[in-house]
Amino acid sequence: MRKFILFSFFLSVAIAFQSCKNNSKKAGDTAGFSYDEKIQKEFQEKLILVEDGGTVEFPEGKFLFKKALSLEGKKNVTIKGTGTQKTILSFLGQTEGAEGINVTNCQNVTLEGFTVQDAKGDNIKLKGCDGVHIHHMNSTWTTGADTSNGNYGYYPVECKNVLMEYNEVSYCADAGVYIGQSTNVTIHHCYAHHNVAGIEIENCINSDIYKNKAENNAGGILVFDLPKLFQGNGRNAKVWDNDCINNNFQNFGKPGSIVASIPPGSGMIIMATDSVDVFNNRLTNNKTIGIACVSYYMTGKQLNDTTYGPYCTIISIHDNKFDRSGLSLTEKVPDLSTDLGKLLTATFKGAIDIFVDGSADPKLRDKNGQLPEGKKICIRNNGDVKFGNLNAWKTHGREDIMNFKDTDISKFDCSYTGINGNNQKPEEVK
Amino acid sequence: MKKLSAILIIICISSLIIFNQCKISDGKVTLDVTAKPFEKLSEYNFFKGKISDLIPNEKVLPYDLITALFSDYAHKARFVWMPAGTSAKYKKDEVVEFPIGAVLIKNFYYPTDFRDESKGRKIMETRLLVRRADKWDALTYVWNDEQTDADLNIVGDTKKVSFTNLQGEKLNIDYSYPNKNQCKNCHNLKNVQEPIGPKVRYLNKDFKYADGSKNQLEKWTEVGYLTGYKKEENLANKIASAFDPTSGTVEERAKSYIEINCAHCHRREGSANTTGLFLLLSEKNPESWGTMKSPVAAGRASGNCLYDVVPGKPDESILVYRMTENDPEIRMPELGRSLQHKEAVQLIRQWISEMKK
Repeated sequence: MRKFILFSFFLSVAIAFQSCKNNSKKAGDTAGFSYDEKIQKEFQEKLILVEDGGTVEFPEGKFLFKKALSLEGKKNVTIKGTGTQKTILSFLGQTEGAEGINVTNCQNVTLEGFTVQDAKGDNIKLKGCDGVHIHHMNSTWTTGADTSNGNYGYYPVECKNVLMEYNEVSYCADAGVYIGQSTNVTIHHCYAHHNVAGIEIENCINSDIYKNKAENNAGGILVFDLPKLFQGNGRNAKVWDNDCINNNFQNFGKPGSIVASIPPGSGMIIMATDSVDVFNNRLTNNKTIGIACVSYYMTGKQLNDTTYGPYCTIISIHDNKFDRSGLSLTEKVPDLSTDLGKLLTATFKGAIDIFVDGSADPKLRDKNGQLPEGKKICIRNNGDVKFGNLNAWKTHGREDIMNFKDTDISKFDCSYTGINGNNQKPEEVK
Repeated sequence: MKKLSAILIIICISSLIIFNQCKISDGKVTLDVTAKPFEKLSEYNFFKGKISDLIPNEKVLPYDLITALFSDYAHKARFVWMPAGTSAKYKKDEVVEFPIGAVLIKNFYYPTDFRDESKGRKIMETRLLVRRADKWDALTYVWNDEQTDADLNIVGDTKKVSFTNLQGEKLNIDYSYPNKNQCKNCHNLKNVQEPIGPKVRYLNKDFKYADGSKNQLEKWTEVGYLTGYKKEENLANKIASAFDPTSGTVEERAKSYIEINCAHCHRREGSANTTGLFLLLSEKNPESWGTMKSPVAAGRASGNCLYDVVPGKPDESILVYRMTENDPEIRMPELGRSLQHKEAVQLIRQWISEMKK
């Protein structure tokens, strides 16, 4: 039996380091902001004293905070600003708490109409909430594309019934809209730009991602499953009618992080997850990959979680449009800054529209590496696409990783009906 | 006699006007768990005489932990009080089960000079955990500069404090008082507010009481504060004291420190359960303790390192890095620490250095 190991290829290029380091951060937007301890206390006091069912109003103005603002254990509370251009909360240089806004253990919490910027860690984090509605918000770092920026613009984790709509997010050193380990998730009409990853769901169950725009990120939209998490093995996602445009931005992710391995120029990546329907999306001018469907091993990370499935099954990629005609000749050069980018470029001699690593769960695949009916990866009706398959199930490791490639898309010609997304569909506000 | 009571009533009425209540201290704690918390710490009567001397009133029992949570080198004076006729139930592995009405009283203070505590101290805050019928309530009282009383605070605060440490260095720090939401950040078990320290394995030590030294669990039992204490079980259930080399191996001491400082969040029921790093002593898998485990959402806080703990290599271990850094995004614990706990970093470094690959 052939062993499937290709991670050593990537690991071998891992950065050599002496010790863990703290990188200093660039200056951010300070104009019009000044710290006033009274304001810090006043905002926090409102969030503590608000009664269930109440609304906390953040007035118009620019406000600078030294400590994270938190909301804990409330029901049916709305935090409302006067608009993303008018109510701006900055956490630049904060001294306590890693987040800007930290919401925990709430039921039906709504955030709307303000900007959060420059938190040390995540701008807006929500944990353990049932009923999260974030709309007409902005989340950004004014320090530009800096590796030391915070990770996530919006970070609901271990939540249920999450609705994200009409939000903007930029300059996250990880993912802009990032929903982790949550159930019943809807993300639509969000605009994610200049992040390492635009929109990412990770270990989520039942998700709809539609009508979003992911532009100028290193990677546009990601559907990931990662090991060693509380909610393991995410599943059931529908991703449709999204625009992934020009996601050729530099990857300024933190070395060692999962997203740091994403090649700039990636429109959409489906990794290690199950039951995902990707259709009617427009992948425009992404210089390296249109849509990728890969196993966890492509990250180059070690794996020792026996409950985790590192491979994709039941993936349907159909009726998507690919176009790279808007790129100039020099812009068309695929990524050479990441290991995966180098590998793809060397193997397929240029950009590819649909890329599969061709790995398949050894417990499921047949002697030809094929998944059985009902578990397959299906690719159909995507027009005249450039397709690449590494057939990673055949490889022994680094030395022969490029030996088994092919461009035969016909093995993937199948379709699914009935892949579910978020059937608990919430009402849109607009 | 009538005159005297008339005078008393007059005094009472006038003090009513001033203090908004009429209460003659009988040397007993005043607490009604169904009522709103008092605005002033003194109203509870936890202490007798000059309040800043922290001399416990009747039935207010001081206690200590074998290894304690680090809070920017603040010293802590802990007390427990329970209503008459009630007691806590012994639990082998978790915090003992306190009765309704129980109060844990924790005073945070800095000696002016750590090398000579007789030079005085500054009490920063007194935190109460009050066991109400349905839940624990966390209350923070911030001491005034005159050290005559402390006021209830819900929004948190920051105050400067200076002290001379054991090495003779003078330090000025911004001492941070938690707001009401932050209390639950640490005191959180399955989203329910809970005490952290008073587990039997941390209480299982001798304490110098006014009437002599005695094992705390035995004392609690003797005064009626604990039922079901199993002495035999506790002989085995005793943890090492982090900074007492005679109490255990480097590994045992390091793990004792990490558990009390980290495991209230880093446990399967805690607020850091998203990280996959579980630091209760009962977790036996080395990866749960971080060995060659990749960080999940640490981001910049990984300091470009790949694993939480790399055996033999403290410099490449994120655990050490996050204990060393004071940057709010990177430091661990997230709250209550702005200074590096040098002695602890040294201990953890030694543990990882000696760890077999």
